[in-house]
Amino acid sequence: MALIEIKNLHAEVGGKPILKGIDLSIESGEVHAIMGPNGSGKSTLSYVLAGREGYEVTEGSVTFDGADLLEMDADERAVAGIFLAFQYPVELPGVTGMTFLKEAVNARRKAAGEGEIDAMQFLKMVRAKAKALGVTDEMLKRAVNVGFSGGEKKRNEILQMSVLEPKLCVLDETDSGLDIDALKVVSEGVNALRSQGRSMLVITHYQRLLEHIRPDRIHVLAQGKIQKTGGPELAHELEASGYADFAEAAA
Amino acid sequence: MTNDHSNPLMQVSPATPGWLKPLRTAAAARYGQLGLPKLRTEAWKFTNLKVLETLAVKPASSGEAHPDLPAALAELDACRILIVDGKVVDHGTLPDGVEAAGLDADAPDWVRETVGTIASIENHPFTALNTAQFDGGIALRVARGKSVETPIHLVHLSTAGATDEAEISHPRVLVIVEDGAILDLVESHQGTGAYIRNTVTEVSVGADAKLGHYKLQADSREAFHVAMTAVTTKGKSSYDNFALSTGSRLARNEVRGHLGGQHIDYHVNGAYMATGDQHLDTSTFIDHAEPNCTSHELYKGVLLENGHGVFQGKILVRPDAQKTDGYQMNRALLLSPTAEINSKPELEIYADDVKCSHGATVGELEDDQLFYLLARGVPRDRARAILVAAYVDEAIDTIDREPVREAFRAVASEWMTHHVAAVG
Repeated sequence: MALIEIKNLHAEVGGKPILKGIDLSIESGEVHAIMGPNGSGKSTLSYVLAGREGYEVTEGSVTFDGADLLEMDADERAVAGIFLAFQYPVELPGVTGMTFLKEAVNARRKAAGEGEIDAMQFLKMVRAKAKALGVTDEMLKRAVNVGFSGGEKKRNEILQMSVLEPKLCVLDETDSGLDIDALKVVSEGVNALRSQGRSMLVITHYQRLLEHIRPDRIHVLAQGKIQKTGGPELAHELEASGYADFAEAAA
Repeated sequence: MTNDHSNPLMQVSPATPGWLKPLRTAAAARYGQLGLPKLRTEAWKFTNLKVLETLAVKPASSGEAHPDLPAALAELDACRILIVDGKVVDHGTLPDGVEAAGLDADAPDWVRETVGTIASIENHPFTALNTAQFDGGIALRVARGKSVETPIHLVHLSTAGATDEAEISHPRVLVIVEDGAILDLVESHQGTGAYIRNTVTEVSVGADAKLGHYKLQADSREAFHVAMTAVTTKGKSSYDNFALSTGSRLARNEVRGHLGGQHIDYHVNGAYMATGDQHLDTSTFIDHAEPNCTSHELYKGVLLENGHGVFQGKILVRPDAQKTDGYQMNRALLLSPTAEINSKPELEIYADDVKCSHGATVGELEDDQLFYLLARGVPRDRARAILVAAYVDEAIDTIDREPVREAFRAVASEWMTHHVAAVG
């Protein structure tokens, strides 16, 4: 059974239809990429999956790990194993990185009927993972994302992903705002998290991210629908021809 | 006992030692002239006291049961002075360098000379009322050059029974920190039932002296809390005031500071958190009389349900007060459509070489911040509480004394867990 099965998904924002019938199924352990031009509905899809308010599903279904995802609140989806790496990670003045991570971990433990995590053990675990991603102790002590560079914010997202160990990682334009070095660090972080029990949905405008994170399948999203699906070679076709064909095809 | 409607809230005069008689007589006369403030009184335009005009009151009679201190404050290492309805009931051994005295017939000269000279009865009816009626009270003095490590904690309590009459008391406190001395003073206000606590605290900070002054107002939700803290500071001193207000039905926290020397560092900060029908008023006045002083003022409000916050802050920079550096800000977070805030920041500047800024903001919780926490699995209630606590933290962080800061943070956090998490 697929980890996530999206069927005929329609969604609108502020009364405007954005997603117009998405069908997508990801098996456990697979990495899929969604590529598409600006305004095709890429970010909307990520928000709909994460359960953001204001993104209204008007038709279709999403089954995640056997459960009806659309019936769950955003926090329940996260606890169930969905992780959205934000395109624009949010600044939380007054909330330190360490506190933020601890709250997220303890929310999961509470939902599982477990007690709060041991503070020392937690600190050790986070530090080890942070080090691998070049996230310094100083960054963990600071307020989440406040004053962070674009690269630091994205590395921080991947750190959260690594600490929370989700079943499905949705990476929303993780490459945006990154220079080539930062892109490498972030991609390595993501690749290190690839495993049999973890699927990924990599959303991007550009092919370059997929040079680093090699997907099993690529879907082209345009006009709110998946227009084409193929293997990794599809990224190169798009690089050569652009999205123009799909925009026309749907029009 | 019935009310004297010409002088609302006035009761039978307490025992008056000879030295206090002229001051008391003047105060009673002044209160008779002023009466209770009306909305047309500029200083009280946002705080309606009409309910007090007809409220039946009686003098406080000490009950037995008292609320416990919040755990975090009880754990703070401090010398505690228990003050029930304005009367000192008990105090532990005072730290070396600190002496205490009553405001009675046995009051030493330093008390007689100072009481009534810092808090003016002229335009402040409640100060006049307190001065006319206080019964008991305490004066503390830190000797010149003494650095007192252990904070002194004034534990103000009231216990009113379940009657139709509100019990009224007028706690009076005088604190003198002599030149070069250092002290941290904590005050907490708690109680049960319906009562009016009308406190006046006079504070004198000597040259090169340092006073941290931290107040928790967690009075009963049926209580009225009116507090005047009047401060006078001398050159090169520092004063760090913080008030955390969570209690009472209606509260007014007024802090007036006179900066009477050069290179004074003066801080008045606080956080007010109201829910239900609570009305929490913060009014401050900072009088820059001399050059080269700094004042910093940051208040943060969190208003739930029908909570009503009021902030009135005035900074006066007199002609001589060149190179004044003044900052004043009131920020309020409205968490319900029926919550309300009135902000009136005010600068009056007569010197031409100063750096002063002021402002006020009103906001709601940011949707994207809330969603970020939700998307990491933090439940909505908890996410809200985290964001509100972080909001208030900016003010709490101004508390200079670390153990007090953490105790106040814990008290605020407890409030979040109870109130913010409970609101959908």
